[in-house]
Amino acid sequence: MSFISVKHIKKTFKVPIKSSGILGTLKSFFKRKYRYIKAIDDISFSIKKGEIVGYIGPNGAGKSTTIKILSGILVPDSGDVKVAGLIPSKDRKEYVKQIGVVFGQRSQLWWDIPAIDSFNLLKEIYKIPKEQYESTLNELTKLLNLEEILNVPVRNLSLGNRMKCEIAASLLHSPKILFLDEPTIGLDAVSKKVVREFIKKINKQKNVTIILTTHDMADIEALAKRIILIGKGKLLYDGSLSKLKKNYDYLRKIKVVTKDTIDIKKDCIVKIEKLDDGIEFTIDIRKIEINEFIKLISSKISIIDIDIDSENIDELIVKLYEDFKI
Amino acid sequence: MKSYLCYFKLKFITGLQYRAAAIAGVLTQFFFGFVYISVYVAFYESGSSNLPMELSDLISYVWLSQSFFSLIYLWYKDKEILNMIKNGNIAYELLRPQDLYLMWCHKILGERLSSVILRFLPVILISVILPKPYNLDLSTSLPVLILFILSMILSSILMTLLVVFYHVICLFTLDEKGIVNIFMVISDVLSGLGIPVPFFPKFMQNISNILPFRYISDFPFRLYVGNITINEGLISILVQITWIILLFTIGKLLTNKALKRAVIQGG
Repeated sequence: MSFISVKHIKKTFKVPIKSSGILGTLKSFFKRKYRYIKAIDDISFSIKKGEIVGYIGPNGAGKSTTIKILSGILVPDSGDVKVAGLIPSKDRKEYVKQIGVVFGQRSQLWWDIPAIDSFNLLKEIYKIPKEQYESTLNELTKLLNLEEILNVPVRNLSLGNRMKCEIAASLLHSPKILFLDEPTIGLDAVSKKVVREFIKKINKQKNVTIILTTHDMADIEALAKRIILIGKGKLLYDGSLSKLKKNYDYLRKIKVVTKDTIDIKKDCIVKIEKLDDGIEFTIDIRKIEINEFIKLISSKISIIDIDIDSENIDELIVKLYEDFKI
Repeated sequence: MKSYLCYFKLKFITGLQYRAAAIAGVLTQFFFGFVYISVYVAFYESGSSNLPMELSDLISYVWLSQSFFSLIYLWYKDKEILNMIKNGNIAYELLRPQDLYLMWCHKILGERLSSVILRFLPVILISVILPKPYNLDLSTSLPVLILFILSMILSSILMTLLVVFYHVICLFTLDEKGIVNIFMVISDVLSGLGIPVPFFPKFMQNISNILPFRYISDFPFRLYVGNITINEGLISILVQITWIILLFTIGKLLTNKALKRAVIQGG
């Protein structure tokens, strides 16, 4: 039985087209034209309990819309959504007790008061029993290192610390599912690492199902074994990250430090670039093994130093987007 | 219920923190009280006849409306709610296991009560000890006092529902400017906060008797100063209750409708 099941959902937004300028504004005042944008176009997937799923796609692909539908805020035009046996948009009040949501670009904490006061408010809103609340809060405080920042007014917190509080706030009522919409946006490397490790921990310890949208591929690499790729509202790929890598991650950059020059042409070499102190080859490992390639060039030039780089996951995704024409 | 009261508490605590605002509020109330009273005194002394209210009643009316001002004025905008609608943070409100409409009612009533509690006592106390004819005359009978308290409770509920209603409209218009602003100003005028309803031309009196606005400030204060009889008062309280039921139903239905077609702004 799948924990989250999404079947053929569609959502179209009606967007008024406004012409610019005074005349245009006047015109659209009397006769308004609309454009229909298919934010989500027939998407289906299912997720098991305890999975971490990375939900990726370029800007405007429909990621946030999906999250909003899954969290019961938006109603899909057609299709079925069932999460933990409930229909989010119908059983909203009952359903939202079981989920936690973090929108990375928004804040759920009261700006002027310390986070702990917001937490206490959430305790009342979710009717969390006192003992349970205290133990959860203690745990979260320890895991996220919150002691010193809980009593500072939220407006005085750094973005990283605020995000930690946001995530803690969404977990106070011990949800079974956690939706993270760009949780690491704008964070520095250290905070990102803390957030990622924390997500991993709660997934393991509490078996919380996590759906994560992000543009930071390092998040996906660190967290999600399974990814769902969407573009222009359509589902493009649903499967493991490693499989995707196998299909797309075949280029290696080999930087050779040398004083010699080389003139080589082979179809396994995609690109040759001259650097100040050597040469950078980009090779296709489907056509030649690295071992073979090094043998080949070492027979022609003397190698002082060598550096092999696999492709950045960001570039991989760019290639993927290009492939799917999104 | 308890989970809604926490908004109330929070707004209350936040409101109480702004002491400087409260002092400034009291001073403003006095300033406007004196301006209104000076105008009325000049008006009465110029020898106009057939005036619908006695000067002393009118002056008490002005002081009462000034002391409860922050609870009864109608062009109130809750910045937090309006921003939430504009920038899409309303998404978080919808994630709570609560009713959005009731949540807003509690937020707004909490905010208004916290602001009136800091302001009304000083205005009443000082205006009572002012020299005649500028003073507030608090003497009244027990039945009137009881009716007044009841009507004030109902009027704060009515005020909350009206203000929430304007905010609910913003769910459709996305902005409080324009039509909502116009509504707010009209309702403020018709509520009798500037000029008491008996001074309106006849046709405007008829209009304001039907509409809910007058039952928020004009009615309870005129009841207190004795310009409205107890019998009339009882009927008006029934009108208050009717409007409360009506506005609550409309507000709730509109909210549900708005949320069905909700579009969350900004990604």
